[in-house]
Order: sequence, then C-alpha cells, then structure tokens
Amino acid sequence: MVMFDGEELGRIEEKLKEWREKTLPKWLERMPERMEEFTTLSDIKVKDVYTPLDLKDWSYLEKLGLPGEYPFTRGIHATMYRAKLWTMRMFSGYGGPEETNRRLKFLIQHGETGLSLAFDEPTLVGIDPDDPLAEGHVGIEGVNIASLRDMEIVFDGINMGEVTTNMTINPPAPVLLSYYVAVAEKQGVPYHRIGGTTQNDPLKEFIAQKTYVFPPEAAVKIAMDVVEWSVKNLPKWNPISISGYHIREAGATAVQELAFTLADGIEYVRQLIARGLDVDQFAPRLSFFFDSHINFFEEIAKFRAARRMWAKIMREWFGAKKQRSMWLRFHTQTAGVSLVAQEPFNNIIRTTLEALAAVLGGTQSLHTNSFDEPFRVPSEFAAKIALRTQQIIAYESGVADVIDPLGGSYYVEWLTDEIEERAWKYIDRIESMGGMLEAVKKGYPQREIMDASYKFQRDLEEGRKFIVGVNIFRSDDIDEIRNVPLLEFDQEEIEERQKRRVKEVRANRNQERWKRSLEDLRRAAERGENLMPYVLEAGRSYATLGEIMGVLKEVYGVYVEPPEY
Amino acid sequence: MSSLQSTEAVGGAVRRFKVLVAKMGLDGHDRGAKVVARALRDAGFEVIYTGLRQTPEQVALAAVQEDVDVIGVSILNGAHIHLMKRLMTKLKDLGADDIPVVLGGTIPVPDLEPLYRLGIREIFLPGTSLAEIIEKVRKLAEEKRSREEAVTGVGGC
Repeated sequence: MVMFDGEELGRIEEKLKEWREKTLPKWLERMPERMEEFTTLSDIKVKDVYTPLDLKDWSYLEKLGLPGEYPFTRGIHATMYRAKLWTMRMFSGYGGPEETNRRLKFLIQHGETGLSLAFDEPTLVGIDPDDPLAEGHVGIEGVNIASLRDMEIVFDGINMGEVTTNMTINPPAPVLLSYYVAVAEKQGVPYHRIGGTTQNDPLKEFIAQKTYVFPPEAAVKIAMDVVEWSVKNLPKWNPISISGYHIREAGATAVQELAFTLADGIEYVRQLIARGLDVDQFAPRLSFFFDSHINFFEEIAKFRAARRMWAKIMREWFGAKKQRSMWLRFHTQTAGVSLVAQEPFNNIIRTTLEALAAVLGGTQSLHTNSFDEPFRVPSEFAAKIALRTQQIIAYESGVADVIDPLGGSYYVEWLTDEIEERAWKYIDRIESMGGMLEAVKKGYPQREIMDASYKFQRDLEEGRKFIVGVNIFRSDDIDEIRNVPLLEFDQEEIEERQKRRVKEVRANRNQERWKRSLEDLRRAAERGENLMPYVLEAGRSYATLGEIMGVLKEVYGVYVEPPEY
Repeated sequence: MSSLQSTEAVGGAVRRFKVLVAKMGLDGHDRGAKVVARALRDAGFEVIYTGLRQTPEQVALAAVQEDVDVIGVSILNGAHIHLMKRLMTKLKDLGADDIPVVLGGTIPVPDLEPLYRLGIREIFLPGTSLAEIIEKVRKLAEEKRSREEAVTGVGGC
C-alpha cells in the first residue's frame, strides 16, 4: 500500500513543476540561497523541499509498520517513552575507585537511572598500575581497576541487584566482567538479577578505538567467549555492545558508522552461529551503541534506518524467529568530537541538539557529554548540567510523549531511505571481502575513515562546513576558556595509591588458589576452551588485571598496528 | 610532487622538510595525528608517522635517527605533562634539543604555561586550522635549517 494514489501524485507533480518554474525563480532572484549546495554532515546532498513525490513507491507498512512491530523503524517497543523513558546513563569514572564511587553516588542522587563506567587507559589495555607503560596514565581518562579489590570499592554501598552497569571495556572484558560478577556474588545478588553491558566489541578496536591488545582472530574469539558464557549464565547481561560511536568519532560519516557497525554485528552473529548457538538464543542479548552527531535530521534518520536494517538482517539473513532477536536496542552518546575548546559553554547547546536527535531516533539509553570535555573528564558541575539536559528533554519538552513523532516527514523518510541504501552498498562491499574480520585485516574500514576525516577537515577549512567559534564567528578569547572550572585531582597521588593497593592485593591473597587459577586459565586458553569460567575463578582469586591479561597475551600474542595515515 | 614552499635548496639539490608525527603512551586517539600528517604531506613535507603506543624515548630516538626538522606530537589522553617531560628530557640527553617540538590535543589552559616552559615551541588546541599548523611547522623547520647552515656553512643562494 503506497502512501498516495496516482491521481493525487500527479496533481502534486504538476503543482511542484509550476512552483519550480514560476514561483521559485522570482524568489531566488531577490533572495539567492546561502550555499551553492546543501549537504548533511555526511555529504548527502539535500534539496530545498521534500514532498510525497520523494516517497513515490514508498509503502507505509513495509517501511515503517507500527511501534514494536517489524521492521521496528518506529521503535522497538509498542509503548516507547510513554511507558518507560530511556535510561539516563552517564559515562563516568576518574581517579581511583574511591573517587569513582563518589561520582556514581552523586549522579544517582541527581536522578541518573543507569551506571556506566569509564576506565583509564591502563585498564583499557589490560595492564596493572605499576606496569612501566602505565606511568603517568593512571586515573586520568577514567577509573583505574587493577583487581577485584578495586571493583569492590567502586560498588561499595551500591546494590548491584538494583542498578544496571555499562562497562566500556574491550580486550579485558572477560576480566572486568569477572570482577563485576564476583562483587555481585559477595553482595548476594543472584545471577539472574545481574544486569548491565560489557562493550566487548573487538572489531571496532582495530577500526577506530585503538585499545586493541590481541590480534584480530583471537580478539574475536575471546569476545565471543564472553557472549556465549553470558547468554548461558547471566540472562540480563548484554555481553556485547556493537559500537559505532568510536567509528564515528574517528572520522567516519553517519553512513559509514551505520554500515560498519552492522557489518561488525553480522560478523559476530556468524561467529556465534558457528559455535553451534541458536540465533534466537543469543540475538536478544546483542546490543548496539551509536554516536549522535550535530546534523539533526541525519542522525534521526540513521537511527531509524539502523533498526529497519538490523531487523531485516536478523529475520532474512539469519532466520531469527523471535521478535526480540530482530530488535536493534541501542545506547547513544552525544558526539564528543563535536565539542570544541573555543567558547566551551556553547558545547551545552551542541549536546542538547544531539541528545534530542537521539531521543527522536528512539534510543534505549543515553549519555550526554559535559561541556568541559575538550579539556578533561567532567567536573561534577558540568556532569550535572549534562544529566539535567536529558531530564529537561524528558520531562519538559514533550518530545517523549508521542512515538517516533517525525515518522511520515517527507524529508526524514527520504533521508532514512537514502542512508539505508548507502549503508547497504558498504555492507555489500564488506561481504564481498569475506565479512568484517577480513575487511579489518585488509585495513578497509580504517582507510575509509581516514579519508572521511581528512575530507571533513578540508571542508571546515574551505568553508563548506561550519563550527561556531572555530571557523565562523571565530573566538580567540582565551580567558573564556581559562574561566571554565575544571575537575581537579592529584593524579600522581592516585597513581601511587593504586600502585600500593595492587601490591597489597598480590601480597595478601590465597597464593595457592591464585596460582592454580592462572595455570588453569592458561591450559584452557591453550585448549581453546571458553575462557570465562577460568577468568572468573582468577578474578575471584584476586588475580590482577595485568596478570590475567599477561597469561592470555602469552597464549594469543599481541597486535601491532601498521602506522598508516 | 612536492611544493617548493616546503623545501629548501641545499647545494642545488632540494631537500624537503621532514616532520615526525608522533603518538606516545597508551593514547589511541589517532584521528588528529593522521589528519595533520596527511595535511603536512599534501603541503610538501616529508612525513614519518610513528604509529601508536610509542614511548617518549622511542620517539626521541626516531627523531634523531631520521634527522627530522620538526617533531609534532598529538596527545588527547591527559598525560601530556608526563609524556612531554620525558620526551624533552630524552631529546636533551641525545643532544637533539635543537629539534623544535610542537604539540596538539586536548590541553587544559592551565597546562599551557608548564608545557611551554619545557621548551615546546607551539601548542595547538582543538579547533586550530591545518593552515595555521602547516605555517607554524614550516617556520620552525626553516629556522632549524638556517641554524644548521650557519654552523656548517652549507646553504643555498
């Protein structure tokens, strides 16, 4: 069933022709357009006006359907935000576990509805704070977690049966998950109530985030161990968050972000099926993570296209039967890369627009960046404004009261179709290379992103794209930057504290149990078994992050990226 | 084809300015480094990119071995004071502190002064244009070459 009948379309066509030939030229003579051509942030050329003619063969039921029904373009739930708002999940963590415990409690107190842990770089690449490579890095970009002891402190006074926690962790995902589960065990929380997410998305590490440790094949194997074990043991856990965010931040366009993320997802689904798992057993636990950038409608269209594409992939490619297997459930973070140092308070407005796009795009969970993030991890003051931004959208603006309110907009529907079509082309290309694992090894998505990021920078410099305060309404007021109150903490003191604590942990644990757990882990790795039960036992035995990762590095080796640019 | 603006005639031959673009420590944010490396290359510089996770000491050594005119470091992980201190110390130890060092990244304003005191010649905050980076790097490279000519007596014209 198409939206307009032929007769009506004919009349519109006639009218539009007349408008283009008669009305518009007169206006353009007096008021020429601001730009020679208008494009989205991803260089999709957009017209002046969209009409039913742009949706000529467009079928409502085929393209949209209803909320909670295939292909889920309008949202994965029939009730959407009328029943349950998105989870307000602020990516948080700095310093040691004590500082982070305080920050989590501060955000909970101000109405945050889910937790999300940001780890520092030593944790992200799986080394202990007293490793020489960690020197000067501990606690800066997130919390340092070196053992179960640190995780106990992070969750001191927080009931893990009542919160869900995202952990942005990749190669060491099995280790951090084991620490999390071990603390929950100590709190007496049963496995069926442990809820949250491990990012655990290895392919995008090579594509964009660059906290890789193991070579691609081993990295995927270990990540799939986490998924398989979680599906069987932690029914509420999202063991993977297939992430476009970092891909976009590294310079990809919206189309590339969408295509590469879904292609990563396709690779994981194949890997899991190859393990003998039934698609409907694991697919409902796959989750996604996207960026919300500054070009408003493009982002909304991207989110809607993503849902429709994933539903189709799961149903038609992989034969999923359960509705839940077809759901693209996703977390969104506003675009860190859109924030600038110049006139930093303007970043609040950027974040607001991006958060609004995420909500209009039907996100399940949202992090809003703080305006001070071009300089450092956020202060309490800045993080609270970011959280309040979500609350104002949720409770004041009214945008959450109607499901997919932009559905049916000629422009948004056209753009949704356009982004989808372009993304399929990329996916076809990646399929022809043998899937994303092979494409990554060939450096294909990496090069595409490099080209896109360089082009964007050239566009900025040549005045085809704008950033207020940077290349238009340029601000050189350094005092305005100087007056931003930044988070202050004594990094050196925290680094010393974390080094001291990890040494204490090593000295005070049951040495026999610890030693055996690492030996068992090594043997399991050599035999190619699922590592999770062994990592969990090592975690419970207070094996440190660096020790567990050290065993795995010895078995699987490490990845070194070719230095291309 | 190199742009003449980024080269200098040495004894009739043309030697392009050589820049080492470096990432140090555990910082994986490589978008800026790669964009700048490409822009410098397109402007006619010879560019060597270190790749990720280099120690400051490795970067200093590479700069000396490759005989570069400028070192450009990109840091977006907050560890800039620590990493730059080590880099500058190692350059001094190697007797290579005549190589000008520039830095780009997410640097809080209060850290600018201590970094300049370490001897860093230029610091580029987010939002700096490629044109500005290219111009300043070129100027530093020219200065270094003319200092060398003054010492060795080798030079054009």
